Amino acid sequence: MTLELLFQYLVAGITYGIIYAIVAIGFNIIYNTTGIINFAQGEFVMLGGMTAVTLNTFMPVPLAIVAAVLITMIIGALIEIIFIRWLDNPTVLRMIIITIGLSILIREVALHVWDEKVRALPYFSGTATSSISIKGVYISPQVLWVIGICTLIVIILNFFFSHTLLGRQMRACSSNRKAARLCGISVQNMVTLSFVLSAGIGALAGCIVSPITYIQYDSGTGLAIKGFTVAILGGLGNSMAAVAAGLILGVLESFSIWILPTAYKDAISISILLLILFVRPGGLFGSREALSLKEF
Amino acid sequence: MLRIRNLETAYGNLRVLRRLSMHVAPGEIVTIIGANGAGKTTLLNTLSGLLSARSGEVEFNRKNIFNMPAEKIVLMGCSLVPEGRQVFATMSVHENLLLGGYVLHKRKEQQMIDEELQKVYALFPILKERGNQLAGTLSGGEQQMVAIGRALMARPNMIMMDEPSMGLAPLIVKEIFQIILRLREAGKTVLLVEQNAKAALAIADRGYVLETGRIISQGPAEDLLSNRDVQRAYLGRDLDSENP
Ligand SMILES: Nc1ncnc2c1ncn2[C@@H]1O[C@H](COP(=O)(O)OP(=O)(O)OP(=O)(O)O)[C@@H](O)[C@H]1O
Ligand SMILES: [Mg+2]
Repeated sequence: MTLELLFQYLVAGITYGIIYAIVAIGFNIIYNTTGIINFAQGEFVMLGGMTAVTLNTFMPVPLAIVAAVLITMIIGALIEIIFIRWLDNPTVLRMIIITIGLSILIREVALHVWDEKVRALPYFSGTATSSISIKGVYISPQVLWVIGICTLIVIILNFFFSHTLLGRQMRACSSNRKAARLCGISVQNMVTLSFVLSAGIGALAGCIVSPITYIQYDSGTGLAIKGFTVAILGGLGNSMAAVAAGLILGVLESFSIWILPTAYKDAISISILLLILFVRPGGLFGSREALSLKEF
Repeated sequence: MLRIRNLETAYGNLRVLRRLSMHVAPGEIVTIIGANGAGKTTLLNTLSGLLSARSGEVEFNRKNIFNMPAEKIVLMGCSLVPEGRQVFATMSVHENLLLGGYVLHKRKEQQMIDEELQKVYALFPILKERGNQLAGTLSGGEQQMVAIGRALMARPNMIMMDEPSMGLAPLIVKEIFQIILRLREAGKTVLLVEQNAKAALAIADRGYVLETGRIISQGPAEDLLSNRDVQRAYLGRDLDSENP
């Protein structure tokens, strides 16, 4: 094993890890404002990727991505307005069933709208075979796109939640709904907004990874499982921790190929999920104090 | 300022408020006393829009606010300091107060936010020191101050408080009651719900006694303080515990 190969695996791990992190952040945004774990989160990723591929047949890639993200955001809003909004104090179990049902519904609709073929956007720059050499390590430019855009998403979100009025309102809803209403905040609008935001982030992730991973009608499920694992690993609701957790899972998976056959790659995330749920349900980075201050 | 007629609120089949009528005039401190489970919190939550009522009339500043949602009522100048403080535990003191001022954004009075913030910090200097601390890690008294400060940030005409003295040491309770008097001097109307009937009646102009969802007695605070029934039911225990 050479040092170069080691780096190669590391970069692959980071690439997947940061995608998992983005999916996990999508889970966290909705979880934070509503207490709901939206199991249809992976479907947002799939919808974004698939829509962009279709739109790309008659518009350039950047425009197709923007349009696909906007369309998925609208779908996110509609889902909240049609299926979630009118529920009065739903139980957690009911919400889980509804969101799982939604994910199946979206998948089936996608199968009808498209088909079962895999698709991908073209590489954003260069081709599938072009690579940039950094000190003997060959990296596909798309990997840099993924890492760059995901990092940007994380930074922008972080700023949004801690420094803007709208972001603070969303956090207020997650911290204490009743008090948020007493401050004049429309909790209902914040919930819709959280679905819109999650859908948009998921869709963007779907667009930028599709050249590397390819995408089809049921790609959402796998991503959702990974994203959920990462969300739990980092501590539900904690988006910064999700980034760290995503990188850990991505790198672990990547290096696991040394010891285990590739087919076991997915089993790793499930094992980690179970382990965390048994040993540290608050997540790796979840402090007991922060947990005790949360409403959900 | 506030007029309530025949208000009825229920949880499912459990009728909690029964044909309740009362009023609060501008500049008054009015207190509502009553035992556990009398319906005091239910009343304030109904008035603030957190709960919806079955029937009745509620007017605030001559406008009908019956069953208006909470986020609209606060906009009209009626703020609630809820029972149990309900601060945004995972956010800093400063952010809690800023969120209280969100109403000013909605009213297009953003320029007032900084001024209000300074007023709140002047009222509660300790909060300024703790500005960056998470509200959930404050002491009970400090959290109560955050809750009151957050309500004041909306520049309400009327402020409703649900048991602000709950679980606080006597010295802090005294301070909170002093603050309530200062609020009235600053032109606010106060509707105060208290278990600590003696202390509440001492600063109030008028009072209502609530029992199982009904007003059973009302009048100027001094009259209620000297009323035998009220003394027996609500002041006796207080007197015992305060002067053993
Ligand atoms: N969410 C609820 N669902 C059902 N019943 C409720 C609910 N909240 C309150 N109650 C009932 O309504 C009645 C009045 O409760 P409320 O909280 O208004 O009393 P309170 O006067 O504020 O009492 P305390 O002094 O203990 O705060 C009680 O009998 C209570 O059990
Ligand atoms: Mg109460």
